[in-house]
Amino acid sequence: MAAMFIRVDIADSVQDDPAVCQQLVEVCPVDIFELDDGGRVRTVEDNLDECTLCDLCIDATQPGQIDVVKLYRE
Amino acid sequence: MRFYEYEAKQVLAGYGVALPQREFATTADAAAEATSKLGGPVVIKSQVLSGGRMKAGGVKFADTPEEARDHAAAILELTINGLEPAGVLVEEKRSVEQEYYAAVTYDGRAKRPLIIFSDMGGIDIEEVAEQYPDHLSRTHFSASRPFSDFTAKVAVASVGVTGRDLNQLTRIVAGLARLFLERDMTLAEINPIGKLDDGSIIALDCHLDMESEARNTHRALLQEIGVPDDDNRQARPPTQFEIDAANVDAADTRGVAGNLTQFDGNLGLIIGAGGGSLTLFDAVRAAGGSPANYCEIGGNPSVSKAAALTKLICEQPQVEKIAVMMNVVSNTRVDIVARGVIKGCIEAGFDPAEKIAIFRIPGSWEEEGFALLEKYGVEYVDRSVSMHEAAERAVAKMGA
Ligand code: SF4
Repeated sequence: MAAMFIRVDIADSVQDDPAVCQQLVEVCPVDIFELDDGGRVRTVEDNLDECTLCDLCIDATQPGQIDVVKLYRE
Repeated sequence: MRFYEYEAKQVLAGYGVALPQREFATTADAAAEATSKLGGPVVIKSQVLSGGRMKAGGVKFADTPEEARDHAAAILELTINGLEPAGVLVEEKRSVEQEYYAAVTYDGRAKRPLIIFSDMGGIDIEEVAEQYPDHLSRTHFSASRPFSDFTAKVAVASVGVTGRDLNQLTRIVAGLARLFLERDMTLAEINPIGKLDDGSIIALDCHLDMESEARNTHRALLQEIGVPDDDNRQARPPTQFEIDAANVDAADTRGVAGNLTQFDGNLGLIIGAGGGSLTLFDAVRAAGGSPANYCEIGGNPSVSKAAALTKLICEQPQVEKIAVMMNVVSNTRVDIVARGVIKGCIEAGFDPAEKIAIFRIPGSWEEEGFALLEKYGVEYVDRSVSMHEAAERAVAKMGA
């Protein structure tokens, strides 16, 4: 089932830094980020609703690069 | 965890309670052999984890090994209340002059263990309590101090037993109470206790229920009486609903969402673990509701785990609505549970606003959870509404 409650937007600029991409995969406690074959970071649709709103992904990137959107607040 | 009678009697023997000579047999031939060994008339009893054995034909008398073989063969084939026997207990037949009743259990209201004793054994104890209250005593005692024989004596003497009978029965009741305390029983019952024609008093039947969580503590005892580690017996076999819920819980190690027991009502419950869930279950019943299940949710289960349990409950044909209720939560997050139950409802094909009668989980992240519930039109309440009141509101919606 598609994510109902949370959407995570990743700014294109994140892909410029492979270390940050890797860090996103490592910091998220509920595996919302993964790397594709080309080393680009993307979200895992099945896990999005597990987001704990911990902001670790936001802390791991530059301001504005990651946006965690609560769909039920929109 | 309920014991078969033959196992219960082994445990009881360790507490100095006199018992008839007996043998456990799993075949008709072994029952005949046991009868020869016991050397006289015997009683053959089905070993099932259920009451009503006599009525169902699971208890028969035999004078000879041949007769015992025939009776055992019939009893071993007999299903009682849907349960197959583990074997038969072949026991010497004794002639009984008088029957008594003794049980030790917990009195939830008094929060203390309780001895129930009666000089009218062998019949339904509720009936005795109702029709012959003078023949029944209730004696509380401490679960934290060593048990005193005097307490047992008071329980027995209270119904007018005196003399040698009083001394013998005191020993039996004291043994039963010590067994109850030391072996973490939830119920230890002897019905009947029989006074034989020679004046001696013995335990004729026995029912023991041990707290399931105490299995590890009493592993040595269980091994001694032959209960295998993987024998996870319950009073009845688990239903498919219960098995599916256990699988939901086992599939994801995050938090708890399971430990479900099926009931025959129409209000599905998603309730907080431990005392909270027991209180809420009772609150629903006190409000005139009929729960479809008991369950435990807590320890911050993942959204998918809470959703899977919700979906399972919603999919039961007897479930009309669900109530999601807990005491105030701290480590379990309100918003995560809210996401789970909404998702579970939708995955089962229901509108959460219709299917969820009430959501009453106050505590950590409640503001976020309440925003979510509002978005989906689910009725929610905060901690200013008591658990009992929330249960009443849920039940009131069932007829609506
Ligand atoms: S807020 Fe936390 S849980 Fe959510 S995506 Fe970011 S790191 Fe993962």
